Amino acid sequence: MNKNIDTKKIIISNPLKLDCGKEINNFPVAYETYGELNSEKSNAILVFHALTGDQYVSGKNPITNKDGWWSYVVGENKPIDTNKFFVICANVIGGCMGSYGPSTINESTGKQIGTDFPIITINDMVNAQYELIKYLEIEKLFAVVGGSMGGMQVLQFVANFPDKAKLAIPIACTSSHSAQNIAFNELGRQAIMADSKWENGFYSNYKLNPDKGLAVARMAAHITYLSEKGLQEKFGRKLQDRDSLRYGFEADFQIESYLRYQGSVFVDRFDANSYLYITRAMDYFDLSKQYKGNLSDAFKETKTKFFVISFTSDWLYPTSENREIVIALNSIGADVGFVEIESDKGHDSFLLDVPSFLKTLGDFINSTYKVINERRI
Amino acid sequence: MKEEFNIISNLIEENTRVLDVGCGNGDLMKFLQENKTKDIRGLEISKEKVQNCLSKGLTVIEGNAESDLKQFPKSSFDYVILSQTLQAFLNPELVINELLKVGKKVIVTIPNFGYWRVRLQLLFKGTMPVTENLPHEWYNTPNLHMCTIKDFYNFCSSKNIKIFKSIALKKSRISEINKSNLNYKNLDSHLGIFLIES
Repeated sequence: MNKNIDTKKIIISNPLKLDCGKEINNFPVAYETYGELNSEKSNAILVFHALTGDQYVSGKNPITNKDGWWSYVVGENKPIDTNKFFVICANVIGGCMGSYGPSTINESTGKQIGTDFPIITINDMVNAQYELIKYLEIEKLFAVVGGSMGGMQVLQFVANFPDKAKLAIPIACTSSHSAQNIAFNELGRQAIMADSKWENGFYSNYKLNPDKGLAVARMAAHITYLSEKGLQEKFGRKLQDRDSLRYGFEADFQIESYLRYQGSVFVDRFDANSYLYITRAMDYFDLSKQYKGNLSDAFKETKTKFFVISFTSDWLYPTSENREIVIALNSIGADVGFVEIESDKGHDSFLLDVPSFLKTLGDFINSTYKVINERRI
Repeated sequence: MKEEFNIISNLIEENTRVLDVGCGNGDLMKFLQENKTKDIRGLEISKEKVQNCLSKGLTVIEGNAESDLKQFPKSSFDYVILSQTLQAFLNPELVINELLKVGKKVIVTIPNFGYWRVRLQLLFKGTMPVTENLPHEWYNTPNLHMCTIKDFYNFCSSKNIKIFKSIALKKSRISEINKSNLNYKNLDSHLGIFLIES
């Protein structure tokens, strides 16, 4: 977690008025970049991460020592080729990888902020990241890209800054968090808050950590990222390191063991309070409500080209919700492409090796980059 | 194919907004993009073809013309093109109406079932026609509602749809269709191209 991460960060001195009414200033935004910014500054791509992601999109994540979360998409000779593009990714505010969040130390008390941290929204996250773009002196991004909560940030970014990106690619996301989405997030939050070590969010004061609750939250969420077919094919009723049932509550089944493992590795890298704050931000996301019920109005001012992608087996952010974004864009004659990619890997498809997704995404980005450069927009 | 593309391209004014419905692999879109206008979109039902188009950088939406044309506002395109696809719809009349709503002008091209080669197959062989332009067998054809140039011509007049231009194509020979030569063109052309407006 946050403690001693040696990460690139900037301190935003401009006050940022949050949706909850509070104002923050002199707060850190941690980020990472890949590739080189060209002299015209026309090759920058801002990637937004999802709920449990971070700024380490590609290469080795220095905290987990694993590959960056979007290594299939971003890197040398990958669909977003860092030989060609300058890729920027920031840790969202509310996060726990160096940006201002509940695990940030309050300098006056020397303690973590905990649940004294203000409620933040997708809008606040995007506004904070815009400060980073200003700091990097990039007048106009070539593209903003992200999946899941990252896709929500893409939509919010274009709505807030209609002339700051030439291309926007929201993937496997929604313009408004559904009851089902909120329900699953609430389940995760309740698991954390039910852990006696949560201590109303001030666990670090007692050198505690609500590991159990956070692990359960992660296990439940992880199921929502997969598909029934994917689970059945990968695990079925296969037993874990045993030939027969043990008639007890150990992890007899591989799927149980898998989920327990996912839960246990997650608590080593993620802060429980960040999980509460970020899921809340997702639940509060309703872009059409921000525009008085008319989603099209969010994009009225923009000339940004859109490419919306969904996956057949994603039931968390299903194609129908992605299509609503397309419909809103079409109804104002915006420039939008859309495809639903065939995959049985569920919502997680956008993070995984799904060849038709990777090819379509890469080809589209590269040919659009070529066309836009030829036209010199 | 090339001839059809040229004719369509000639019907379109430069730098206008175009939607290609049933754009397939995007060959016509690409052709128009190079020759006429950059402002061109596609709608296509096949995932694989949509991915091919997107890979070429073409802005295409995966969708079904029968249900998804509704989402475009009225007259949001200068031209809407439906190239050799009308016969594949469950409800061609509905699709034509949707096209006329979305486009200020509509270009429809029709593989002519009245072409003499087609007629001869049914007349002499007694089997459903299979030609270069209509390569499917009766049991696997996507074509649900075949029509002739004359059928479409009559359809337009009965529905008060204005025909601005109607062109007949035989091999690479191009000619205009009018009321007086309709029967002949209906026999002698493999493709009809219509520029219409509601």
